[in-house]
Amino acid sequence: MQIYLDNAATTKMSAAAIEAMLPYMDTVYGNPSSLHSAGQVAAEALTDARQRIAACIGASPKEITFTSGGSESDNQAILSAARLGERRGKKHIISTAFEHHAVLHTLAKLEKEGFEITLLDVHENGIVLSQQVAEAIRDDTCLVTVMYANNEIGTIQPIKEIGAVCREKGILFHTDAVQAAGHLHIDVQEQNIDLLSLSAHKFHGPKGIGVLYARKGIPLTNVIEGGAQERGKRAGTENIPAIMGMAAALEEACTHIDANAKKLTVLRDKLIEGLSQISHSVLNGDAKQRLPGNVNFCFEGIEGESLLLLLDDKGICASSGSACTSGSLDPSHVLLAIGRVHDIAHGSLRLSLSEETTNEEIEYTIKAVAEVVEYLRSMSPIWRDLISGKKEFVIK
Amino acid sequence: MALYSEKVMDHFRNPRNVGVIENADGVGEVGNAKCGDIMKIYLKIENDVIADVKFETFGCGSAIASSSMATELIKGKPVSEALKLTNKAVAEALDGLPAHKLHCSVLAEEAIKKALQDYYEKAGLEYDHTQFPNCESCGHCCGHEG
Repeated sequence: MQIYLDNAATTKMSAAAIEAMLPYMDTVYGNPSSLHSAGQVAAEALTDARQRIAACIGASPKEITFTSGGSESDNQAILSAARLGERRGKKHIISTAFEHHAVLHTLAKLEKEGFEITLLDVHENGIVLSQQVAEAIRDDTCLVTVMYANNEIGTIQPIKEIGAVCREKGILFHTDAVQAAGHLHIDVQEQNIDLLSLSAHKFHGPKGIGVLYARKGIPLTNVIEGGAQERGKRAGTENIPAIMGMAAALEEACTHIDANAKKLTVLRDKLIEGLSQISHSVLNGDAKQRLPGNVNFCFEGIEGESLLLLLDDKGICASSGSACTSGSLDPSHVLLAIGRVHDIAHGSLRLSLSEETTNEEIEYTIKAVAEVVEYLRSMSPIWRDLISGKKEFVIK
Repeated sequence: MALYSEKVMDHFRNPRNVGVIENADGVGEVGNAKCGDIMKIYLKIENDVIADVKFETFGCGSAIASSSMATELIKGKPVSEALKLTNKAVAEALDGLPAHKLHCSVLAEEAIKKALQDYYEKAGLEYDHTQFPNCESCGHCCGHEG
């Protein structure tokens, strides 16, 4: 038995996505840049996929660039806006403290080049306000980049309002919508979005393929140089099978977006309610303004990696923001950004649901997590100090 | 998970000597919660031999496995021999640890040494101070401020 609750890391491909890919690995294998008929059939498929994907986010096909995924899209979006700003003498970028590393590391690189970066506070509930963005904007601001939904704690940002602030001031607005695409409505027009990143494998599409949406008139800077694919803005032969899989997956996700959200929210809230029963535990991120499938908790007195290993033994695939799982000495920058102290952030657990998650799985998980937390606490010297009153609980 | 050897997983899943010894002859606690691991070792010493040893650990899989293995390696041994326990011996007995987890075995060695030092202090015995690490344990975290 396996209960897969790590859908924020990646998802299982849908049958529709797999089916959509197959012909393009078998019979329609031409290179869309080729003049012959085999290539032209592939080129037609590419045009078709571009149209369908554009329609899902309210864009026009020419505004869609296919990339290798969310990280590349983030890199290219930010670098493009930065180069544009630079030419106009504008070298200030606004973002938040809990963006994905694809954004934060790109910003750090620009900072070394002389850009100034303002990272906005995301508060304990994990939500930045459009007012903060408005106040941070300067004469030399060239870009605001704020994620649509956070990848660890699932909190949804007021994208439309932030976009409106940027539009009014004539500043480019990029959103990393990797966690949101296929799960929350996206309309780049209505939401005032200039640049947007998404990745197929987060909504049951294949890995290694994504989209960078760039509003008409925004010139992109190449991250990958070479051939003239993607209007010369992204070199490399298009990954047609993956693109077809992504188009099918996104269409399917967007068709069922409301029904899926409704179903997942019920399961999510049941899981949150169940885990809240564990003493000295706390939900990370706003309880309501969060992705329908995201649950993230901290449990005092235990460490996340051992929690994950024991849950894996019970058949549950989950994720944690502890230092031991992040591969560094520091726990998750997201949890630190919402004010969790190191000791507490080490004991975090992220469970991310999918449309296939069942009520039975949620009930089993609640029980399993409670058992494992209790067991790990029973051998934790910190827990002993806490319950004996030697130390004070951080989570009441 | 392939991250750890079978031996590590065995000691993590079925840790030996977990618990507390009331009125222990020596207690050593190392690490800090900020770094994500704390180990506490309790010793019962009779006739200069480790008659019993227990541990409590807050930490990752390899921290728990390292504590468990370290207690196994010194249980029933003379104090003089327990003092010679090295982090390398702990890691080797576990069939190796991933490079970024080696500090867990260091922590286990330090916890045992600290408990032994505490035993000497409590018993009022003369001992060679140089055989104990100067650093207040958790060397990998020293000076690390998040």
